[in-house]
Amino acid sequence: MLAYIIRRMLIMIPTLIAISIISFTIIQLPPGDFLTTYVAQLSASGEGIDQAELDALRHRFGLDQPIYVQYFQWVWNFVRGDFGHSFEWNKPVRSLIGERIALTILISTCTLLFTWIVSLPIGIYSAVRQYSWMDYFLTFFGFIGLATPNFLFALILLWFSYAYLGMSIGGLFSPQFIEAPWSFAKFIDLLKHLWIPVLIVGTGHTAKFIRIIRGNLLDELKKPYVTTARAKGLSETKLILKYPVRVAINPLVSTIGWTLPELISGIAITAVVLNLPTSGPLLLSALMSQDMHLAGSFIMILSILTVIGTLISDILLAWVDPRIRFGARESA
Amino acid sequence: MVPALDVRDLRVHFLLDEGTVRAVDGVSFSVEPGKTLGIVGESGSGKSVIGQSILRIVPSPGKIVRGEILLRMENGQGEPTQLDMAQIESHGRLARSIRGKEIAMIFQEPMNSFSPVHTVGSQIVEALRLHADVSPQEARNRTVEMLKKVGIPQPEHRIGAYPHELSGGMRQRAMIAMALVCNPRILIADEPTTALDVTIQAQIIDLLKKLQEEFGMAILFISHNLGVISEISHEVLVVYFGRVMEHAPVDVLFREALHPYTKALLRSVPGIDTPVRSHLATIEGTLPDPYANIPGCPFFGRCMECEGRTVCRDDPYSLTKVGPRHFVACPRICVADFA
Amino acid sequence: MNEEQQRLEKYLNASTRQLVWWRYKKHTLAMVGLAFVVGLYLAALFCEVLAPYDKDSRFFDSVYSPPSQVRIFDKDGAIHRPFVYETILDIDMETQKMSYQENTDTMYPIKFFVRGDHYEFWGLWRSDVHLFGVDKPARLFVFGTDRMGRDLFSRCFYGSRISLSIGMLGVFMSLILGVTLGGVSGYMGGWADSVIQRVIEVIRCFPSIPLWMGLSASMPPHWPGLKVYFVITIILSLIGWTDLARMVRGKLIALREEEFVLAARFAGAGHLRIIFRHLLPSFTSHIIVTVTLAIPGMVLGETALSFLGIGLRPPVTSLGVLLKEAQNVTTIALYPWLLIPVLFVIGIVLSFNFVGDGLRDAVDPYSR
Repeated sequence: MLAYIIRRMLIMIPTLIAISIISFTIIQLPPGDFLTTYVAQLSASGEGIDQAELDALRHRFGLDQPIYVQYFQWVWNFVRGDFGHSFEWNKPVRSLIGERIALTILISTCTLLFTWIVSLPIGIYSAVRQYSWMDYFLTFFGFIGLATPNFLFALILLWFSYAYLGMSIGGLFSPQFIEAPWSFAKFIDLLKHLWIPVLIVGTGHTAKFIRIIRGNLLDELKKPYVTTARAKGLSETKLILKYPVRVAINPLVSTIGWTLPELISGIAITAVVLNLPTSGPLLLSALMSQDMHLAGSFIMILSILTVIGTLISDILLAWVDPRIRFGARESA
Repeated sequence: MVPALDVRDLRVHFLLDEGTVRAVDGVSFSVEPGKTLGIVGESGSGKSVIGQSILRIVPSPGKIVRGEILLRMENGQGEPTQLDMAQIESHGRLARSIRGKEIAMIFQEPMNSFSPVHTVGSQIVEALRLHADVSPQEARNRTVEMLKKVGIPQPEHRIGAYPHELSGGMRQRAMIAMALVCNPRILIADEPTTALDVTIQAQIIDLLKKLQEEFGMAILFISHNLGVISEISHEVLVVYFGRVMEHAPVDVLFREALHPYTKALLRSVPGIDTPVRSHLATIEGTLPDPYANIPGCPFFGRCMECEGRTVCRDDPYSLTKVGPRHFVACPRICVADFA
Repeated sequence: MNEEQQRLEKYLNASTRQLVWWRYKKHTLAMVGLAFVVGLYLAALFCEVLAPYDKDSRFFDSVYSPPSQVRIFDKDGAIHRPFVYETILDIDMETQKMSYQENTDTMYPIKFFVRGDHYEFWGLWRSDVHLFGVDKPARLFVFGTDRMGRDLFSRCFYGSRISLSIGMLGVFMSLILGVTLGGVSGYMGGWADSVIQRVIEVIRCFPSIPLWMGLSASMPPHWPGLKVYFVITIILSLIGWTDLARMVRGKLIALREEEFVLAARFAGAGHLRIIFRHLLPSFTSHIIVTVTLAIPGMVLGETALSFLGIGLRPPVTSLGVLLKEAQNVTTIALYPWLLIPVLFVIGIVLSFNFVGDGLRDAVDPYSR
């Protein structure tokens, strides 16, 4: 198992390098460097900056170095936790994104849990009672859930609750807590607001998961080991939960890998619609104002998060599925 | 004497949108404790469904539409009574207490007949603990003992193995251990050797015979392979299209088979005296349309001996006694005015 | 009996394409999806004729007009062919609230092939004939108007044209990328395979929307609409090709050891010939299925980017651009018809999924 984890982590390294290169490229893509933007901002507000000062800044940020040196400098700083400087906010990037990343992680974890808790029983029900009217209904609901993108669902929900329930569902905190320091009351307030984005981002995935579970389980129910277990005298409920469901869950664990990027994508855009204090809106505004260090760091961190999530899901999969675990031991 | 299992006029039909498949259509037999009944037939002949219906695990939409499956039970005073398995609730408590306890079953595919994500040992222990009130430690000990009995080396070690870590033969031995761990009185073996190498086949059959001597259970041995059947059975039931074509003690069947289908089956088994490189005899044609309801002989059309006589097609199917324990269903033999 | 024989004969002589079509026809949902997709593509193709107004025609006195009420009963309860009344903007001077009043004096029946805004049909010829409309001064706003007084019904179809074409174009580019790279990966194997697989893995672990956002935000704001359109399409396909590449690779790996490939190789066929003449045709149907299922993702990507304001920008009109108008909850609460483009997006995504699922079952009934 340990050998498997180490091997799996070594595979991550080239992926991380590639991610850093792509993120750096995105930072470098807009014409000019961020000093150009800075100068433009200064002159727009009427302040001037002389050439000597500009050169000094250029030197200080290493912008006079060749591009690969800048890249290594950036990566090195990143590893040390220095994510650069946001010119729009005139603050270190790190101080801006910490809490927002944490909230993104919180929402994605909750969404993942929500998705599993809802889709597992429904998926099992749909498979065991295949072709019942409930199965058809759930399949239909699943299609709608699949076809409605997160942000449109958010938009519809926003409109519905505003127009018919007379309440605004945006944000993650009540007004009095937005600027407040963390406290238990603020946490409770967060939980009160959290379910809306979780519901919005989770619905599509729940629908997808139900389909996967139903399909997997239908395959597994036909396997001979189910008959074996039945021939032993196990009760139907216990049998289904203990054997085919257990086996059908394995491929589901491996889907966490590709679910995470989609969840984070979904949260990013839903957050813009619902105006949540997560990474999405800040990333958007950073991109709009070409505050590229902020934007690049966001993209880099979100991608690293998904890589780590994939790693966790692979380890989980090896843990739940002896076939993978032992396969790894043999080949390692 | 009350047999361990007495099946009378069993009919299992599958009601599908396309029509009704008469998978088992009027089959009767009985089997004594310590004896083996071989059931032989081509794939699709309904022989597996017979085994499944005795355990009441016929997959839906299959239904027992008629017949009795009388299982010998002991009442409180040690007198034998009979329980009709066909009448009880298939998912009910009674059926579950009989499955695995009184009647156990082993299957063809040892690879897929164990759950791949549970250890072999835990699946055997589960079978034991379902039917016997034993502590986990006791269950484990008995499992190890059972694994040793079926010839698995290092049973203390193998009890923690996953199915994919065992060879096919070892898995089938573990399967037998799981079936016999509750000491059932009837063992249904559904093609237990088909997926194995010939040498392993022989080992498994010897093992089953040895265990039968030790435990005294009745065995229902289902196979398409007459050679294997002849090794283990005391009596043989030849099944075709859900019906019994011939029923005889094994020596009688191999010496003087009467039904053309049985004879054709026997011809297609290579013997030690079959000349090398000669063509094996095959049975021409295929099974009839599964949805068809054939009143007469279902072998009509493939039969080499009836020569298209309409009496074979039209005379209602019936099994006739031709010897002390020899039954055959062939109009050519049984109908008096066959011409 | 004879009829049955004929049916059997027909079945046995049918081409693969016919068989697929017969199986496809059995899926009701897939047929509904197909009808919707074909209908919408036709509508998008002929939207100059179909739309009663030009997408940029502004009616200054009909800002945020609700959908027109099409009536068949007049004020006295008599039945007429479908007609509308003229609506008049009424602004309450005290509250500044706008409302529309119907002038029930004259009825304006809905007519076919009326003359209206001039257009150039695909730049081929000029015309001013529209499929349906009403006479001035009445107006027919089937879905209402937006904040600039533009007809939403017309704009929805113009928007579908852009969104659907982005889907097609993006999928086409993904197809080229996916088949080429997946082909190289699966057929050559070795280091080329490892490199391409790594690249796919890296792309797949990026959360797509932030990555799209990053790439498309680096486009200079002064670029013309057409250029933005192509760059967005390229960005979408740069990220969307990986599914296809994996599918092609998997199939090629399974097929390259088959006898017919060996036979072709021994007959002296080159690699390219083997790939394009022997291997690809054997799973064209799978490619078509994957492509069909990839289109909704492209449409959604464009919609999301434009909705955020970093994709297509006005004056280019796409479904996403239309939805950008509906970002503010108070606006939607007052003018809920602005959400109508959502139905188009859902319809497109749903239909392509139905069509794709139906096709998959039809070309390969045993895979699932």
